[in-house]
Amino acid sequence: MSDAKFISIEGITRRFKAPDGSLTTVFRDVWFSIPRGEFVCMIGHSGCGKTTVLNILSGLDLPDEGVAIVDGKAIEGPSLDRAVIFQSHALLPWRSVLGNVTYAVTSRWPKWARAQVEEHARRFIEKVGLKGAEAKKPAQLSGGMKQRVGIARALSIEPKILLMDEPFSALDALTRGTLQDEVRRICLETGQTVFMITHDVDEAIYLADKIILMTNGPEALVAEIVENPLPKDRDRNQIHKHPAFYAIRNHLIDFLVTRSRTFKDEMPANYDRRHPPVVRPSGAPQPLPPSEPGQTAAA
Amino acid sequence: MSSPGLRSATLSIVIFLLFTLAWHVAVSGGASGGPAMDPEYAKLMGIKVEGGKSAMPGPLDIGAKLVEHLRKPFYDNGPNDKGLGLQLLFSLGRVALGYGLAILVAIPLGFVIGMFPVIYRALDPFIQVMKPVSPLAWMPLALYTIKDSSLSAIFVIFICSLWPMLINTAFGVAGVRKEWLNVARTLEVSSWRQAITVILPAAAPTIVTGMRISIGIAWLVIVAAEMLVGGTGIGYFVWNEWNNLSIANVIVAILMIGLVGMALDLALARFQRRITFPE
Repeated sequence: MSDAKFISIEGITRRFKAPDGSLTTVFRDVWFSIPRGEFVCMIGHSGCGKTTVLNILSGLDLPDEGVAIVDGKAIEGPSLDRAVIFQSHALLPWRSVLGNVTYAVTSRWPKWARAQVEEHARRFIEKVGLKGAEAKKPAQLSGGMKQRVGIARALSIEPKILLMDEPFSALDALTRGTLQDEVRRICLETGQTVFMITHDVDEAIYLADKIILMTNGPEALVAEIVENPLPKDRDRNQIHKHPAFYAIRNHLIDFLVTRSRTFKDEMPANYDRRHPPVVRPSGAPQPLPPSEPGQTAAA
Repeated sequence: MSSPGLRSATLSIVIFLLFTLAWHVAVSGGASGGPAMDPEYAKLMGIKVEGGKSAMPGPLDIGAKLVEHLRKPFYDNGPNDKGLGLQLLFSLGRVALGYGLAILVAIPLGFVIGMFPVIYRALDPFIQVMKPVSPLAWMPLALYTIKDSSLSAIFVIFICSLWPMLINTAFGVAGVRKEWLNVARTLEVSSWRQAITVILPAAAPTIVTGMRISIGIAWLVIVAAEMLVGGTGIGYFVWNEWNNLSIANVIVAILMIGLVGMALDLALARFQRRITFPE
């Protein structure tokens, strides 16, 4: 198992039955891989199957064709190695903050004593800044605090991979910013491998090392993989001053506005599903050259 | 100004006093000058009485009767003369048995029905047909097959408590949010632990609503069932006192049936509040 292909999506296809009985192919023959320790975002319009890709990675859904491989093993079902942060936080409302986190911890380490479980859970609650709110029920928390609990729950099982499905989309801008900062800090500290779905271009630029662009569904495919040209130690308040910031931002927005729709009709001649083109938007205003398969376009 | 709670309580007391007064005036009728004999009884004996006291007891008679019963609730002077408390205990015992059995059947079965839509659809026609049947319609069948009147009453309680709990459990279990189950699945929680740690607490408020409906129906039905099977219980007591033409005892029994029913419902309501979670 190589670290460069820690997560490897190999030719997955997913079809759903429409109400009239016909089959709709959401996406077909999708290939991409994620190296260990990388933060990868997936961007695309609703209906392109982003959430389905994440569900396949979490093991909650299975592809009709192809495999998803993590750490050298094909995914056959949910696993404690891959933690999910749900869009709707999905806390158990009858349990307290501490209870929600200990539920995950006892599932991960069933043999641990109660005191050890609680101590471990408290450490993660503190890490997401919720110290003092352990006894509260989810209904007593604000949206941002609920999602913090969701993050603490996911991190507390010390997963190999963190999967996030638009985790901040239901939050107000200010809360979203602070939570992004915290998630980024925690993930950098621990070298966490992350796969995250988002609609938010700025969120992707701030958080991701790589951004996977999905074309519109049905029959969606990976159009290209964008490498983030910004330095790893980026600062939320400074990134817009970086020369490459608007290059990548415009590139992503241009994709979402037009190319996600037209990509399939004007596919580059050398497009290879197994090796979607890797693009690195740079500061220089230049038309994007068609990239070599599997290679990084010149910066 | 007084609080709304105090005002409504005052109003309740006023309504009660007015009702009692009207009742008292209505039954006391003219001054009793005739023989000290119940006019109904007199009519039965072929004696014509005029201006006698009504057979309908007044609130004072009821109060006196109530005090009498409360002083000696558990005496037992043979089959036709038992204390009101004792009779209520007999009824409560039957309800507890039939209702308990119904819980043991309805909640596990409801779980299965709720978890498997195929079984839900397969059993639905039977449930829909059985649900509206008056539990007393089962009585002859129960008497014929069980051949024991006391057990038959318990069976009738069982059958009438079953449906609301079964339907509510299935409904609650089927309605557990997918995301909560997904949380458990991603944590590799076993099916058994999922049932106990996710489905049960999530469905509990709905299940207890079913239990509340059931205990209400069971308490309604036990009175009628005991009138039919006889022997012991508050329903038998009411029928027996009717045969004795002791309307005062009947009214006291009605009052007690109402109070016990209210207590049962309050107990379950309190339980329901404890397990209900805000979202």
